[in-house]
Amino acid sequence: MATTQSGGLRWEHGLLALGLALLAVGHVQGLFFAPAEAMMGDVGRILYVHVPTAWADMLVYTACFGFAVAALWTGKATYDAAVEASAEVGVLYNALLLFQGSVWARPTWGVFWTWDPRLTTSAVVLVLFLGVLVLRRVIPEPERRLNLSAIAAVLAYVGVPIVYFSVKWWRTLHQPFSSPQTVDGSFITPLRLAAFGMIFLGAGLIGLRWRALRRGLERDLATPDLPAAAPALRLPGEAGGSAAGGAL
Amino acid sequence: MTPEPSPSAPTAAPPVPSTRPAATLQRRLFLVGSLLVAGLALSVVAFGDLGEDLVYFWDPSQMAAAGEDAVGATIRLGGVVKAGTVQWQPDANSLKFIVTDGKVEVPVEATGAPPQMFREGIGVVVEGTLTKSGVFTSDRLMVKHSNEYKAPEGEMSAEERKTLYTTVEEL
Repeated sequence: MATTQSGGLRWEHGLLALGLALLAVGHVQGLFFAPAEAMMGDVGRILYVHVPTAWADMLVYTACFGFAVAALWTGKATYDAAVEASAEVGVLYNALLLFQGSVWARPTWGVFWTWDPRLTTSAVVLVLFLGVLVLRRVIPEPERRLNLSAIAAVLAYVGVPIVYFSVKWWRTLHQPFSSPQTVDGSFITPLRLAAFGMIFLGAGLIGLRWRALRRGLERDLATPDLPAAAPALRLPGEAGGSAAGGAL
Repeated sequence: MTPEPSPSAPTAAPPVPSTRPAATLQRRLFLVGSLLVAGLALSVVAFGDLGEDLVYFWDPSQMAAAGEDAVGATIRLGGVVKAGTVQWQPDANSLKFIVTDGKVEVPVEATGAPPQMFREGIGVVVEGTLTKSGVFTSDRLMVKHSNEYKAPEGEMSAEERKTLYTTVEEL
């Protein structure tokens, strides 16, 4: 296990760099080389931001679900940390998604927001995963925190397939599934590049947060009878949050 | 990977908890339980026929079927803007058109400039009320974009791009 707190390039840095590079290439293509959309004009180019965010967010939440299952099965701190890291990135992408959607909706639909099933379910999923993160900050006992937040993540994940199928199951203002058949060929390459960019960026962000959280949680779980070092006061940016008081 | 005892942990620390058989069993029961609840919840939503009760907008046929009950209530009505029926009067800020689902036609009177994508033949959702006279008055007009993203035919000039934002003027 690596012990250095800082310095050194790691796999997550590689993922971040790859993600940013793909996003850059995809967006240069999407903004400057792909034609404007026939009906929406240049406004339609937000497609390259919004759709990749949605795809990547779904994968991030799916990873969170997988980590939660692994955490409950094994009880290991490494999965416990991964649940928190992926829930954070999922919430970040989800918030971005709603913001981008509003920006796109105003000029095309005419409104920033409407209680359409796709929009409503996306907002509900954001709140559910925020709940997972809140749970992790209000439960001081390490074992209970692992158990309850993983259970909450499994339950919150129910919302993700519902968001995905909402445009199929119900009438929505939001457009239904796009596919290579409904998207012009000249839009597909930048769309794919940006999508892989968001996915690698997300994986890199999860890696960064996972590494920052893991050691503190390992220490917490090794000394279960002692409450963790005031997790409620632990700031998200603080690396190895409980290192300061894990041993008490 | 077995959790390593942390160097700074008290030496009298109890055995690592996550490997206690009782704790492991409890966690795995939690896992099975939450997966069951999650699966059940998802199947209720997927197969529970919520579609009937959970409708974002009515189409003109449904509104017509509601008859008198529809009058006066706040309704979202969705359909297609019938070709040749759009009357836009910028001075009066008044927009009139007919929404249809191919079977029933509803005359709509909206106020305010429509979104730039508004045009004949496009899908719209209007919020408002049906008056006794059978006219739907709307204070909120939304345009539905399809899942088709097309490149323009031929090269699009800067001029043409601009006109995409000024559809309203052309009506």
